[in-house]
Amino acid sequence: MSMTEIRIHGRGGQGAVVASQILALTAMKEGKYVQSFPEFGVERRGATVEAFVRIADKKINERCKIYHPHYVVVMDPALVNIVDVTEGIRENGWVLINTSKTPKDFSFHTNVATIDAFSIATEKKLGSHGHPIVNTTILGALVKIAPVVNIKTLVEAIRESISSNTEKNVEAALAAYDKVKI
Amino acid sequence: MKKLLTGNYAASYGAILSRAEVISAYPITPQTQIVEKLSTMVAEGKLDAEFINVESERSALAVCMGASATGARAFTATSAQGLALMHELLHWAAGARLPLVLVNVNRAMAPGWTVWCDENDSLSQRDTGWIQLYCESNQEVLDTVIQAYKIAEKTMLPVMICMDGIFLSHTQEVVDLPEQEKVDRFLSPYKPPFSLDTSSPHALGSLTPPHVYFEFRYKLQQAMDEAQAEIEKTGKEFGNTFGRDYGLLDEYLLNEAEIIIVALGTVCGTCRVAIDRLNEKGNKVGMLRIRTFRPLPKKKIIESLKDVKKVIIIDRNISYGHHGILHEEIKSAFYRKLNIPLFGFIAGLGGRDITPEDIEQMVNYTLKHEESDTDILWWGVNK
Repeated sequence: MSMTEIRIHGRGGQGAVVASQILALTAMKEGKYVQSFPEFGVERRGATVEAFVRIADKKINERCKIYHPHYVVVMDPALVNIVDVTEGIRENGWVLINTSKTPKDFSFHTNVATIDAFSIATEKKLGSHGHPIVNTTILGALVKIAPVVNIKTLVEAIRESISSNTEKNVEAALAAYDKVKI
Repeated sequence: MKKLLTGNYAASYGAILSRAEVISAYPITPQTQIVEKLSTMVAEGKLDAEFINVESERSALAVCMGASATGARAFTATSAQGLALMHELLHWAAGARLPLVLVNVNRAMAPGWTVWCDENDSLSQRDTGWIQLYCESNQEVLDTVIQAYKIAEKTMLPVMICMDGIFLSHTQEVVDLPEQEKVDRFLSPYKPPFSLDTSSPHALGSLTPPHVYFEFRYKLQQAMDEAQAEIEKTGKEFGNTFGRDYGLLDEYLLNEAEIIIVALGTVCGTCRVAIDRLNEKGNKVGMLRIRTFRPLPKKKIIESLKDVKKVIIIDRNISYGHHGILHEEIKSAFYRKLNIPLFGFIAGLGGRDITPEDIEQMVNYTLKHEESDTDILWWGVNK
């Protein structure tokens, strides 16, 4: 695969954009070419947001949004009901959903993986109890299903990017890497 | 050192590495992060510069002009309405021959209120006497800021660096950050040929009657003409030092091309993707990116396009009542030199996406028609 394209759905304040940046940093550390950018103009707390990441072995020239992602990340379970999360997804693409449900509970015509990122983030005391921050957690799960970067490099990128509760974020990513359901 | 940077931060690092001494700007999306970064660096003592807060873009440029007139290296950045508010002083800065560098993050003009990209803001300032350089990547933004000071201080012309808002300003990519020592060797401190000094009072830009004004303007045009060689030389020298070459224009697969796409800015990247796909299917398509819009390198453009069957121009801008602005420029460059059908597409106004598929379809349209029967081929608009 010459270029991997990833779309992240979240809500303003959940850290979708930061997740895209940490993933981009991870790929850069592995010597890859990357691009990460937000769907701009809607960054209000609670509103639906999208962020995009391209990872490739050669220079990336595309200067437009991602319409046909290989991987879609859904950071908030409720988004599944209000956003067409599988829109444009490639054949054999994956949707990774933050939910306590299992992949069998979803009837998308594509591969589905699930991770209970709220539980892991709450256990690791990331964010507040009512508003856990799941971006590092869900990246751990993503790296398991999308082996485009290595979990060890992701841990390095988290350590470089997150200055408070750093090790708790690392633990959350590693836990999600182990617990993701496919 | 490789770093993950947005286009905005690439511009900030360009100013830092160029050792800008006076920075003044007024925040406006999508530019704000450029000066936010610079003000933070100054506040933390990591950048030895004066950061001067002002109440408007017009004042920001006035501060930079004053600083430059005393011999300081000055930097500012803006977008859209902010650039429009600078309009009067853009003329003044060029007329006074002040070697400023301004980064304009291209944003469509309001109304309707918008923060998204098109190039009408900077192209509206075409006739102010500023050199205009358009970038395609964040690396190019950083590299061009450094080159711009060298070009500006050599030609005594201000330089406007244009980067597409959001498509570069808010997109992170891997940027090679040059070492400060290398930049210092490439760009020596600014030594002004003349400067204002309170210990020896002089005036700059005072009353200029008809018997001298004309000559000043003649010299401004001469400087613009000479700037072409300077931009080219500086780009080559930059390549020798840092391993990345830059020219007046940027050619992609021009040899043997039967159709060439001419455009500005980031759409050129997407063109590369489309051209690769088209040529895989047996087409012969190339691209000419106009990196230098002012001065317009007309001879080089003619040289690059002389053997081609058709030329497509993609304008993310419009001159109302006429047609695409780059289209107009290419047409005038062609006058009595080349008689090649031009296909002038207008696409992506106000930040609407232009995809590789869009460009493939523009080329397919061009292949099917001998020539365009209209000055504007609107692309993707709901009429």
